[in-house]
Amino acid sequence: MTVARFWRKIPNRYNLIGTHCTTCGEHYFPPRQMCPTCRRDGKIENHKFEGKGEVVTYTVIHTAAKGYEMQAPYNLAVIKLDEGPSLTGQVVCGKEEMEIGMRVRSVFRKLGEESEKGMIYYGTKFVPE
Amino acid sequence: MKVGIVSYGAYVPRYRIKLEEIAAVWGDDAKSIIGGLKVNEKSVPGLDEDAITIAVEAARNAINRGNVDVSRLGAIYCGSESHPYAVKPTSTIVAAAVEAEPNLTAADFEFACKAGTAAIQTCMGLVGAGMIDIGLAIGSDVSQGAPGDALEYTAAAGGAAYIIGSSDLTAVIEDTFSFTTDTPDFWRREGMPYPEHGGRFTGEPGYFKHVTSAATGLMDKIGTKPSDYDYAVFHQPNGKFPQNVARKLGFTPEQIKAGLVVPRLGNTYSGSCMIGLAAILDQAVEGDRIFMTAFGSGAGSDAFSITVTDKIEEIRDAGPKVEELLQNPIYMDYATYAKHKGKIKV
Ligand SMILES: [Zn+2]
Repeated sequence: MTVARFWRKIPNRYNLIGTHCTTCGEHYFPPRQMCPTCRRDGKIENHKFEGKGEVVTYTVIHTAAKGYEMQAPYNLAVIKLDEGPSLTGQVVCGKEEMEIGMRVRSVFRKLGEESEKGMIYYGTKFVPE
Repeated sequence: MKVGIVSYGAYVPRYRIKLEEIAAVWGDDAKSIIGGLKVNEKSVPGLDEDAITIAVEAARNAINRGNVDVSRLGAIYCGSESHPYAVKPTSTIVAAAVEAEPNLTAADFEFACKAGTAAIQTCMGLVGAGMIDIGLAIGSDVSQGAPGDALEYTAAAGGAAYIIGSSDLTAVIEDTFSFTTDTPDFWRREGMPYPEHGGRFTGEPGYFKHVTSAATGLMDKIGTKPSDYDYAVFHQPNGKFPQNVARKLGFTPEQIKAGLVVPRLGNTYSGSCMIGLAAILDQAVEGDRIFMTAFGSGAGSDAFSITVTDKIEEIRDAGPKVEELLQNPIYMDYATYAKHKGKIKV
């Protein structure tokens, strides 16, 4: 990930800012600027997700990518937010605490870092509610 | 104009290590260490937690508790001795994470364990002068003690955030008084991972001299005495110092009990006194008076005289209480702790 690419997505990463189509009521994360259902009739506005949802499925990562080594093992889950959309995120807890269907809430954590001298990436993870 | 606390929030990571576990690794006598420090266990940051994430969590707790409109924030100041970047402010990341950017001023403060209370004073000045509507002052740290050093038994992680304003006050800050000298009791040079300290003898010319001078200075200035206060909280590098300084100043064990969080938390540096104050606000009622004195090595003390308003009833339960943050910890062994504190490099 480049510094510029991370920078552009700060609102989405820090605060789960997505979008909402006021015409059909659908919520989008990551944000969409065009509602696929309503097409040109759709009215899109920004929406800040509450950050609460449930674990749909998960896996435990033992061999982490560069910049994430110290965090292994960690739980990577598909989380269905209460407003509708699903996203992939880390759930911070022991693997024995993980369960499909468990309720989670969002927290602000370090996602990783480029290197010891590089940029630190912050963003949203989840913990048991 | 009355200036004070609009809202407050604290944050403590979920992990703990017992002092017995650290003592066993170094072959120290756990009983005498725990008895001497009056600390049983300390908080440890998660692998993905640092002074910035702790500051953000505390700030969000303060904002949500007081249902604060973040567009009113005119200043964010973050005090820490463990800012993750040497150059790149903690406060700008906090501003983005609480959605307060871009129309505000922000800066990071450093003054060992009292950088957060210095941030409170700065916000009080800006609010009092009418330069800003409300300001956010944060103290957060993931303190480091070198392996085997005495500081390793207490250096902990946590933080607290205070929204300072002049209306809708949860607590009025009547006045503040500081005492500052050039005292080399504790330091860390740029690029060094662990701090150095002057050793055992520094308690007297450091902590005790500065805390008592700031505390008596404030009480003399506004004409109060220890018995005028319902609660008192002092910087808590360990459990012994705040109890001794309270006794010296004429405060009773009952007055400091609610704010004495260090036995189960350790020394959270910039968070220490401010988490103690949060624990007091969690249980104070309208009209209660609170006396707070922070201390930072180097050295200086900031004293505050605070009176709680009826708004406390409205906001108290809208955020996690310090007692709740201390509950359900996950205990770790020394090896896991070393990984969490970055003492192991990959
Ligand atoms: Zn639509």
